[in-house]
Amino acid sequence: MSAVIEASGLQKSYAGQRVVDGLNLSIRKGECFGLLGPNGAGKTTTLRMLLGLTEPDAGDARLLGLPVPQAAREARIRVGVVPQMDNLDPDFSVAENLLVYGRYFGLRDSEVEARIPALLEFASLTNKRDAKVPTLSGGMKRRLTLARALVNDPDVIFLDEPTTGLDPQARHLIWQRLRELTSQGKTLLLTTHFMDEAERLCHRLAVMDNGRLISQGTPRELIDRNIEPQVVEVFGERAAAWAAAHAAQYSQRFEVSGETVFCYVQEAQPLVAHLQAQADLRYLHRPANLEDVFLKLTGREMRE
Amino acid sequence: MSNRIYALPRLSLRFYPIWQRHWLVWKKVAAASIMGHLADPVIYMLGLGYGLGSFLPEMGGMSYMAFLAAGTVCYSTMNSASFEALYSGFARMHEQRTWEAILNTPISLEDVVLSEILWAATKSLMSGVAVLAVIWVLGLSHALMSLWMIPLALLIGLTFASVGLIMTALAPAYDFFMYYFTLVITPMMMLCGVFFPVAKLPDTLQIVAGILPLTHAVDLARPLMSGEVPPQFALHIGVLLGYTFLGFYVSLVLFRRRLAK
Repeated sequence: MSAVIEASGLQKSYAGQRVVDGLNLSIRKGECFGLLGPNGAGKTTTLRMLLGLTEPDAGDARLLGLPVPQAAREARIRVGVVPQMDNLDPDFSVAENLLVYGRYFGLRDSEVEARIPALLEFASLTNKRDAKVPTLSGGMKRRLTLARALVNDPDVIFLDEPTTGLDPQARHLIWQRLRELTSQGKTLLLTTHFMDEAERLCHRLAVMDNGRLISQGTPRELIDRNIEPQVVEVFGERAAAWAAAHAAQYSQRFEVSGETVFCYVQEAQPLVAHLQAQADLRYLHRPANLEDVFLKLTGREMRE
Repeated sequence: MSNRIYALPRLSLRFYPIWQRHWLVWKKVAAASIMGHLADPVIYMLGLGYGLGSFLPEMGGMSYMAFLAAGTVCYSTMNSASFEALYSGFARMHEQRTWEAILNTPISLEDVVLSEILWAATKSLMSGVAVLAVIWVLGLSHALMSLWMIPLALLIGLTFASVGLIMTALAPAYDFFMYYFTLVITPMMMLCGVFFPVAKLPDTLQIVAGILPLTHAVDLARPLMSGEVPPQFALHIGVLLGYTFLGFYVSLVLFRRRLAK
């Protein structure tokens, strides 16, 4: 299977600090690939190097088979980008934003105009065609940004935190659209720190921290490889004291975070039975998810 | 890395869709913009021309109003390009992230910077033509040669846009531009022969004026307005072009550094 995005040994430092440190990546055609990591992990810098916008200090990157940044211009003709922060043209209407952006790809006005109805339809913005950008809601702006990234009918779409700051309804609509794009055979590379987003959308994921990829695979593989299958969360004022006395006895591994104890177990039944007898403790038993993996791999302490 | 930061720009026609974008934005605010181009310089020209002009029978061999007319075209085109390159350019680069959006397409930074220069020069051209129209209507210049003022307005625009973009590339915020306007633009208005001949300045200031680009613009404009071929025109054009190329290159290098992150 041919790789659409490839990186080997990518490195980048700013002011002596290594932001991306020997990154290897291979993303196949038609895949939705998620790059996870806490703030400052190097996700955006990685995207910028893969797009040919930032030159790596070392290593090689290829985008759609072309070396970047050397042939970035040619490669970007077939790439769409949804940036982390909105950069729509506030002076223009929805349709004008699409028209003007299409021209940057060397498209003729007639070509772009022919595509605008379908793009608006895709973004659920058909009745907002002539609305000015400042009058749009956050979700509409994101959808317009997504439609704008599709104006050149790209093969690959880069999305940097596409749903940050959106309410659940707006987020679900974006997810639905991204799934449509993968089903059309487009390749998606997205960064996020929403684990549910990653788990739902991505075929494969990589967890990144301190500029390195620390684990890679399908969401299921990441969970199976890194963590016990069951989690029991124990909370209440007495939780910490309970953990000190009993947690080790009933779980393979446990973590105390504030008033919650996270117990990771192969088999939850003995622990649950024990907890049912403790009247002043509440608990939640659930399967392990990506967020557990993420917190295990990148730690619980605050970043930045 | 450093090689690419200092590389000479490779020019192409890809600046054009960006120029078209700026034009489309401008058309939406055209009325206010034309007002702005016209009102300020014309009020100064007429106020000083009639007011001071009544005490000054002539200056530099012509009526004070005619003297002022040439200077007014020069400084108003300088101001148009400077405001566009600094304030509007900074808004597009920093606040609205328009550049970021454009740079995600097959367009590169040199195309973006070139489009900023050409757009600011377009604004200069519009402002120059607007002021010239008033001058012609008022009969302050009858010379056919004064048509050369139109390409000169464009050249002045290119010069001050390129130089001004250096400030845009360095600016942490809008406040920073106050230094440039107070320490560079205003002194040029006073020292470069807009309101009175440079020859009336003390020797040291004359030397300073000789280095400043606006002096060379005025030295081209005033003879053109009275229908004469400007003495040493090649030198003056050369100085303006020199500032243009240097400003373009230096600002491009600074933008590459600034946006490398």
